[in-house]
Amino acid sequence: MGHDQESTILFGLLKPKNNIQKIWYVFGLLSVVTIVEVFFGIIKPEFMMADNITGLKWLNWFFIILTLYKAYYITWAFMHMDGEKKWFRRSVVWTGIFLICYLTFILLVEGDYIYQFMKASFITRDF
Amino acid sequence: MGATHTVDITEPKPFGISYGKMMMWFFILSDALTFSGFITAYAFSRFKFIESWPLPDEVFNHFPFMHGDNPMYFVALMTFILIFSSVTMVLAVDAGHKMQQKKVILYMFLTIIGGAMFVGSQAWEWKNFISGHNGAVITKGGNVLQFVKADSKKERVSIHDLVDGHAAHGDRVQHESKNGLWFVNEAPLPEYTKADIVKAFNANPNVVIKTETIVNNEKVVLSREDSAEALKDMKNVVFGANLLENEYGKPLFADFFFFITGFHGFHVFSGIVFNIIIFFNIILGTYERRGHYEMVEKVGLYWHFVDLVWVFVFTFFYLV
Repeated sequence: MGHDQESTILFGLLKPKNNIQKIWYVFGLLSVVTIVEVFFGIIKPEFMMADNITGLKWLNWFFIILTLYKAYYITWAFMHMDGEKKWFRRSVVWTGIFLICYLTFILLVEGDYIYQFMKASFITRDF
Repeated sequence: MGATHTVDITEPKPFGISYGKMMMWFFILSDALTFSGFITAYAFSRFKFIESWPLPDEVFNHFPFMHGDNPMYFVALMTFILIFSSVTMVLAVDAGHKMQQKKVILYMFLTIIGGAMFVGSQAWEWKNFISGHNGAVITKGGNVLQFVKADSKKERVSIHDLVDGHAAHGDRVQHESKNGLWFVNEAPLPEYTKADIVKAFNANPNVVIKTETIVNNEKVVLSREDSAEALKDMKNVVFGANLLENEYGKPLFADFFFFITGFHGFHVFSGIVFNIIIFFNIILGTYERRGHYEMVEKVGLYWHFVDLVWVFVFTFFYLV
């Protein structure tokens, strides 16, 4: 219970001495990432706004990756997932990630299909 | 300890984790799937209306005591409040491991305050979204037309300011059963009629219409002539958002906003209630007598989960 996690933060760049220091490091990290997100959300750099092969703007990929990064630290550091046994961790994380990816894939493909369908058919909202 | 129900946490368990924590984790997993269902449903609708979905930074641009366009600052503040209350929660869990009752009390108290601040901020956000500021025109086909200044093409023009002094008619009297036909009801009068809007539009050369359509990541702004043409389809005016109409664009956007942030806000609220219950148990010394603070860990898991969900809501409602 009272074990101090030995994990490091930011690929080993930060080595907190104890649990409390680690909590503050993670808080700093989450804050910085949030500030970066808000900054990019406001300036919206031109080169990240272009449509690309993935069907999603680079800016949106950037936000999603940073969000997953934050989610990782909340789960691992704050919820102490790093202290749980490997297969317990996997039973929660893998299940969630698999089902969410599947659902997202199905619904986004379907949403895009309906968009294409409504665009190509004789539907108007100006009457 | 006598007859009080206690759990020996040193006894071996599957996965080496107590049943209470394990079940909290599996509940969190199922709740995460519920939220992902909502958020992907939002994504579905957005993909379906990808060319006309409201742009979040044009919707949520208020900050307390500040005027003008302040996109995202308020929601960033809310995110900080929630992350910080997560920090105090994990500090409480850490103090619990060390059996420091006084510190657990302090940190739990701060966590509850942080949660209450967050719910309060969300109420303010809802208030702004529901009341709206500038209003918009809805056409017969359900398109939403907003007024902007012709020179900047960005600055919104409030319908109140636009019509001020240009009302086309005198005071129209609401029909009531006591002064008219007793068997006929009339719906509440619209604040402004089509004639008001058209007259005011013609009298203000510096006003044009912004449509819902997105081209190159910006909403299309019409010319004066096209604006006058578009106004011919006007049905009524709308201020703010509710489940049926939305001055910022698609009503679906408002529906999802109310539902998802409302569901999340409800989670925060129940988290605060759990935290308060545990807070009083800590003060009463329940966990000192039990010999461990695992209950703090369990509500902590729930509390962090609420924070985790907010991180995603923040991204998918405000950033993307």
